[in-house]
Parts: sequence; structure tokens; C-alpha cells
Amino acid sequence: MSKKPVKSPKKEVQTTGHSWDGIEEYNNPLPRWWLWTFYICVIWGVGYSVLYPAWPLINGATPGLLGHSTRADVAADIARFEAANAPIVEKLVSTELTEIANDPELINYTRNAGAAVFRTWCVQCHGSGAAGNPGGYPNLLDNDWLWGGDVETIHTTITHGIRNTDDPDARYSAMPAFGRDELLEPAQIAQVVQHVRAISGQEHDAALAADGAVVFEENCASCHMEDGTGDRTQGAPNLTDAIWLYGGDVATLTETVTNARFGVMPNWGGEFGRLTEAEVRAVALYVHSLGGGE
Amino acid sequence: MWDVIKLVVLGAVAVLAAYAATQARDLAYMVNAATVMLAAGIAFAWMLRARGQSVSASPLEYNDGVIRAGVIATAGWAIVGFLVGTTIAFQLAFPWLNPEWAQGYLNFGKLRPLHTSAVIFAFGGNALLATSFYVVQRTSAARLFGGNLAWFVFWGYQLFIVLAATGYILGATQSKEYAEPEWHVDWWLTFIWVLYLVVFLGTIMKRREPHIYVANWFYLSFIVTIAMLHIVNNLSVPVSFFGSKSVQLFAGVQDAMTQWWYGHNAVGFFLTAGFLGMMYYFVPKQAERPVYSYKLSIVHFWALIFLYIWAGPHHLHYTALPDWASTLGMVMSIALWMPSWGGMINGLMTLSGAWDKLRTDPVIRMMVVSVGFYGMSTFEGPMMAIKAVNSLSHYTDWTIGHVHSGALGWNGMITFGALYFLVPRLWARERLYSLTLVSWHFWLATIGIVLYISAMWVSGIMQGLMWREVDDQGFLVNAFADTVSAMHPMYLTRALGGVLYLTGGLIMCYNLWATVAKQPRVASASVAAVPAE
Repeated sequence: MSKKPVKSPKKEVQTTGHSWDGIEEYNNPLPRWWLWTFYICVIWGVGYSVLYPAWPLINGATPGLLGHSTRADVAADIARFEAANAPIVEKLVSTELTEIANDPELINYTRNAGAAVFRTWCVQCHGSGAAGNPGGYPNLLDNDWLWGGDVETIHTTITHGIRNTDDPDARYSAMPAFGRDELLEPAQIAQVVQHVRAISGQEHDAALAADGAVVFEENCASCHMEDGTGDRTQGAPNLTDAIWLYGGDVATLTETVTNARFGVMPNWGGEFGRLTEAEVRAVALYVHSLGGGE
Repeated sequence: MWDVIKLVVLGAVAVLAAYAATQARDLAYMVNAATVMLAAGIAFAWMLRARGQSVSASPLEYNDGVIRAGVIATAGWAIVGFLVGTTIAFQLAFPWLNPEWAQGYLNFGKLRPLHTSAVIFAFGGNALLATSFYVVQRTSAARLFGGNLAWFVFWGYQLFIVLAATGYILGATQSKEYAEPEWHVDWWLTFIWVLYLVVFLGTIMKRREPHIYVANWFYLSFIVTIAMLHIVNNLSVPVSFFGSKSVQLFAGVQDAMTQWWYGHNAVGFFLTAGFLGMMYYFVPKQAERPVYSYKLSIVHFWALIFLYIWAGPHHLHYTALPDWASTLGMVMSIALWMPSWGGMINGLMTLSGAWDKLRTDPVIRMMVVSVGFYGMSTFEGPMMAIKAVNSLSHYTDWTIGHVHSGALGWNGMITFGALYFLVPRLWARERLYSLTLVSWHFWLATIGIVLYISAMWVSGIMQGLMWREVDDQGFLVNAFADTVSAMHPMYLTRALGGVLYLTGGLIMCYNLWATVAKQPRVASASVAAVPAE
């Protein structure tokens, strides 16, 4: 029978002999695992810096044995997708807008691409669900269009934008600031506001609204039409439905009539925009497909 | 005679500041100038009253008054910093907490730099100031050099904090992360910092010990390097002598690289080297054990300060920074892993033979957890510096989580430990008011940190994955807003972690106050400078 060897008591480590405010220091050696891991990290670092661009020279730097470049990586990535999508993008740009929906493969690609463009560029104002936002950002899911809802009109709106100063072909119209520019008396504004509430089927003061109808006919009907249903050629909203860009309550309507509104949308395509024609087409078809397309 | 010169200078500063306030081109500068005028005026009045009353302290007695002030400032700024941090955590979770009336003053964008500066420079800075003055006196067996100069450094530093903070709120910022203060505040800090170096180095030079203790190497490297970083990163030309706006000397990617050379080494030398100095004194003191390895101290000190200074480019992977700089930043960060861990090993192994104290002493428990978090975040850092990891983690909440495991775990906890150590000794009290409350603080803080960093890991990795997700045609799958709404639950968890950490801080303040107010005074306390050998 064998006896387990008795471990010799650990060699007593000495302190260095220094003492500061009662603190002493052992003279323990560097932990081996620590030292070796440190060496390995350094060796790995040296190796890595030989393989990849690393050491600065007078003009430039060592390129590394692998000749790697992060910019080239990105360019290659982009080129790979562009090459893969090239045939279908070509088809998207050359097909009539109204015909695209008839080609299942093409419309499939287009809606996917359009959704991606929308998520990147459009959601900031129109919301990630395209339901618009208070303060003048229209809902794109309904069939209430300011400038028109067929695919070609949507395409034009996206290409040139609305009331921006970057594209000379941007859609343009401006509502007069009836109060600020003293085109109407405050009393008249109060009347016309009640009229607008009347034609949109909301609670209103009948007497004021009756006077307001006259004010409306003289000042507003040229754009919003006599019945208040609006005019798409001027981007004048329909005032008879329950859909409001800014709000249909008395205070908001009074503000709108007094100071007017001037909603702006960037020009995304064309000569001055930041998206390609294929991207503009894709997002136009995507918006058209959301529910209200005509 | 000397007193008269001081009075004349203070009076002149007050008058000049008053003139500058009347000429100010912007509100921030005007308020800053008025603050300087007020500070100089108060100092003038105080000096005038104190004239003639000679208070000659024994040169053999430690200057502990300034450390007591530093301890109070540390605890006070801690609460301010944690409170603002918790506030902005809730602002991120609930955007309506940025109300219209607060826009431009108390919205997230204004409060965020206030939070980072309050915790790093006000809380951390005062902790370093106070502990370095304490440690250098004890381990050099010498009174602080320069008489009342240490007091001037202390109050000058508080003035810097107030100038910077009011500047942020009123819109004076260089827009450089962790270097937001504008040129006139930078000049003041430079002045104060040089005096800090004089006090510290002067004390070391007149030490009555043969060797310089390791904690002082770390403190000294922190003071010297921060001076260099601060000056180079803030090289700028003021637009007007009477306005806060300045123009940076560097532009484009050079400016970005200088900024992150500064930013990374603010972490490396302010939050690592300085706090290692703290650890090297308070851990062996509290554990009453010798430091584990002198050799390790030397090797990891030199390796740490040599390597840290090169690691900055890892903040700029995949940007306009050239690939070669990015590579160097990455390999230096990997090589930095073990030098950082040298400090952790020395801290933890100092406890060998005294591990049982973890059960009985919540203060040592705090210090050990602090060193543990130090080890964790100095592993996580090099890992995140690897380009492939960084391509996922960069710009996400993972970075925020990483910073907070270091800041809340390492810097916060070691400072709490130091404060619990210092208060009974500085105020000559036998013991802390309540160890139970220290335990409460420990658990609240630890759970708070764990909630915080795990929420940020989940949130950050999810964010990174959602941002990079493309379909097989190369189109992005998620809108940015989708990632924002997906993060909401994690933001709530983070804010809750902040509340716990803040609560722990409040408990600490009560406990420290009660130690001074309710515990009987004892005679002893080592106030006389006696060399240990």
C-alpha cells in the first residue's frame, strides 16, 4: 500500500523589505500564465501587423502581406449586390410604371426595394408604418391624396418633392396667410372656421358658419372649390372629410387660416435628388401599393 | 508682503472678470465671467479676514483638512452625477421627459455631457484629488508640499467644475466628447492641473521614505499624462477674447484621431491609472495584507502606460481613419489586456490569506467586486477593439454598457471603498456608523450595475444586428425607428439599474454623515508624519 506523498509546505515568499504606512510587498514572481498570455498577445499583434496594413512610412504605410483594405471590402460588397440586381434594375427603369405590376417577378423585387428605400428615407416624416405624423406629414395608407394617387403622379411627387428650393420642378402652391397679412378680419376668420367645421360634419355654430360660407366662397373656393373638396392640381386639401393634415379643431383651423401652412418635402430623384431613378420608381410603387393607390 | 500680493492679484482678477462679463459676446461666457468674479471676490474677502491670524501647522502633521473637503465634494458630486445619469436614462426611455419648455437647457442633449463630466471629472476627479493627497502624505511620511497650495488646487478644481457645467447648460461646448469645456475653462484647468502636479511632486520629493510607493507611480502617471492629453486635445483659437466660441487647430480625421487619442487615454489614465493608485493603497490597507507581487507592479505599470497611449484608434474603426492606424490601435489594445489584468491580479491576490474577510467586512467586499469589474471591463475593452467585434458593437448601447461596467463597477465601487476607509480616520471616529448600511449599499449598487450592463448588452447587440441586417437582395431590413422601439424594455431596465445605484449612493452619504455626526470622537488617528522605517 502506498502512502500519499505529503506535500512540502509552500516555500515562504519573502517581502521586499520596504514598508510604507504599514504596507509591505511580497516578492512573488510574475504569474506564468499571465506572462505567457502577454507574450502571446504581443506575438499575435506583431503577426497581425505584418499581415494587415499597419506601420506608417514616410508616404503611406505598409500594406500588409494580405493586401487587405476595408474600403475595398465595402466596395466589393456593394458591387456584388449591384451586379446581382443589375438585370432586374435595368428592367425596372425601362418598363412603363403602370406596366410593372403586371410582371410578378419585377413587382416583387420592386416592392421589396421600395420598402427598403421607404424605411431608410421616408419613415422620419411619414412614420415607420406610413401612417403619417401630426403636424403636416400625410398618411400614405388612405386614399386621400393631396397631389394625386396614381403611380405616375406619386412618382413625380417623390422625384421633385414639394415646395423645396432645390428642384425647380418641385410642386408648388402657397396658401395666403389670411390673418397675418390682414386679408381677413379676425371675426371673418372665426366665421370661416365654423363653415369649414360645418362642411366637414363637425359640431359648429350655425350662425357663424352661415356667414362663413360667404367668406369661404370669396376667399377659399378658388383653391379648395366651392364645396370644399379641394383641388389636386394645386395640392389644396379636401376639407369635407375627417382627414386633417394639421388638425380640424377650432384652434388649429384658426391657426391654419391666420398664418397658413407651407409643408415641404425634399426632391428625392431627378437631377438634384439623392436617390437613383430605380429607387424612386421602387418607392413610388411601394407607396402606391400601401392601400390608397389609384 | 506675500499676503498683499495675493490680495492684489485676487482683486485684479475680480475686476477683470467683471469687465469681461460686461463685454461678453454670449450668455455662457457672461455667466462664467460673473462666476469667476464672485469666486475671486469671496477668496479676497476670506484672505482679508484671515490676515494676521498666523496659523502655522506643524510641518510634521499631515494636511488632512483639504482631504476632508475632498471627501465631502466626492460624495456630493457623486449624487449629482448619478442623479443626472438616472434622469437621462429615463429621458431616453420616455421622450416626453424632454418637455418643450426645457428645450435648449435640460433636454437629453444638454444633460448628457453634464452627466459624463459630473461623474468622471467631478466625482472621479475629486476622488482622485482627495485620495492622492491622502496616499502621497502617508506613503511619503511628509506633509503636502506648498502650504495652502493644495487648498487652492481643491477650490480651483471645484470652480472648473462649476464653470464647465454652467457652460454646457448655456451652450458653450467644443462638441468633443469628455473635452466639452471651451477654451477659457480649459486654460483655467491647465493652470490648476500644473499646481496639482507641483503639490504632488513636491510632496514626493520631500518624502522621508527611501522608495516611492507603487500607488504614487500610478497617481503621478495620471497627473502628467492628463496634462499632456488635455493641452494637445484642446489646442484651439478663440474667436474673441470675450466669447466662449473657439476654433480647433486640427481638422477632419486628424481632429477625430486627436480627440480619441485623448478620449481613450482619459479612460486609460484618469479612470484606470489614477484609480489603480487608489487600489494599491486602500486594498492592502483594508485587507491588512502585503501587496501580492512587487515585480508584477513594476512590469504591469510600465506595460500599461506604454501600451495605453497607442490604443485610441480603436474608437475610429471603419471611419475615415486609414486602415494602418486602425490596425495599430487594435493590436495595441489586445496587447494591453494582460498589463491591465496585472492590476487585477495584484489586487485580488493581495487578499490571499484574508479571503475570510469577505464574509465579515462589506468594505473589502466592495473593493473586491470593484477589482472584479475592472478585470471584466479590461477584458471586454480589448475584445471590442477587435475590428470584427467592433463592426457589430460600434455606435450601439454595448459601448455604453462597457463604459458603465468600468465606471459604476470599477471606479464607483473602489471610490466607495476608499470613502468608507477614509471617513472614520479623517474625522477620528472609531468605526463607521453602520456596516449593515454598507452591506445595503453594496447589494443595491451591485444589482444596479448588473441590471444596467446586461440591459445594455442585450440592447446593443440587438441594435447592431438589426442595423446590419440585409436581405438577399442587399436591402436593409429594419428602419432606424424599429431599432429604437425595440430597445424600450432594455432602456427601462437600465433606468431601474440607475435608480438602485443612486439609492445606494444616498445610503452611503447618510452613513458617512452619521459616522461623523453620531459616532464618538477618538483621540488617536495617524495625523503625524512618521516614516515607516
